[in-house]
Amino acid sequence: MTSSDMDIDEGEDPSEFEGGAYWFRQGAKGAFCLPTLILMMAFVGFTSLAREVGLTLTEVLLMSLFMWALPSIVVLTGAMSAGAGLISAAIAVALSAVRLMPMTVALMPVLRDGKRTKTWHMLIVSHFVAVTAWVFAMRNLPSMPRAARLPFFAGFGSTVHFVVLCSTALSYMMLPAVEGPIAAGLVLLTPIYFMFSMYQASRTSGDKAALILGLILGPVFYHFFPGADLLLTGFVGGTVAFVGWLFATRRAEL
Amino acid sequence: MSEVYGSWWWPYVMILVAGFLATECWRWIGVFASGKLREDSLLFAWVRAVATALIAGIIARLVLFPEGVLGDVPVWLRLAAVASGVVGYKLLNDRLMAGIISAEFVLIGGWAFLI
Repeated sequence: MTSSDMDIDEGEDPSEFEGGAYWFRQGAKGAFCLPTLILMMAFVGFTSLAREVGLTLTEVLLMSLFMWALPSIVVLTGAMSAGAGLISAAIAVALSAVRLMPMTVALMPVLRDGKRTKTWHMLIVSHFVAVTAWVFAMRNLPSMPRAARLPFFAGFGSTVHFVVLCSTALSYMMLPAVEGPIAAGLVLLTPIYFMFSMYQASRTSGDKAALILGLILGPVFYHFFPGADLLLTGFVGGTVAFVGWLFATRRAEL
Repeated sequence: MSEVYGSWWWPYVMILVAGFLATECWRWIGVFASGKLREDSLLFAWVRAVATALIAGIIARLVLFPEGVLGDVPVWLRLAAVASGVVGYKLLNDRLMAGIISAEFVLIGGWAFLI
């Protein structure tokens, strides 16, 4: 604990292993923050729903562990409680999880430390990609040294994951079924939290424009093209915002 | 078929195939698709904008077309809660907690008052 901390404080280069362990611990410490608390509350809302439709504790924990993306978990819960078949459930979940792909693509260049980062490391830490960790990483990693980013993200992601799994199990076993206004409030936590943290994580006015366009286009496309609405919202909203930002900031060069 | 649905292992197959594989594959595709994409490139800025708009679409869907308990709340109250969240967030200098508390206060308070 102490020796590697000292190295960092004195500004010497720690050995690669010590440096990694140090940043992993820093990431783990960073996990005890407001976003984690909000995510825990959102999962409490989910356990209430899961018990209502008759999922067992093991099923709830396995879903949280293997999927780690609350909106997709809710979709699978709905499909299982409706007795949907394997293929139709898989399609519904896959559609709700498409967003993880552009999120991962956007995060990887931030995480990568040139050629020194191995692909299998990236595949493992990519499991932690979900809105909470993504927003946290996009906000905090760019100011860190490159070598620190992957271990920091791994420490943060695994700690949040572990803490949320524990609190989910506890709330499933101990909390009475939440009902009425409080239950509605717990469900509203996820979108409200997503909205503000996305706004805070936006780096350029283009990102902010993408957020606002997505909020407007989402319901429109949901009405006209249900099923493909999320993909369309992402591509149309994101592209329009990007092109607008490009013209606004680089007019002189174009 | 009903024997399959009722058997003890069926939920685990669902979780593994329709849950794990259907979500994790997108993350893996993302890792490989990112390839040599650089953080300072324009392509990266575009991908980030697409990811942001996609999540915004999910936010709008969760607020406007929710399933379950939140769906029982009238849509005007849900929108009023979001709006007061934005006001609270801006009034207190972009504080995350201020936005969340004011939105939750209006939703829970309003819904408790109505029912």
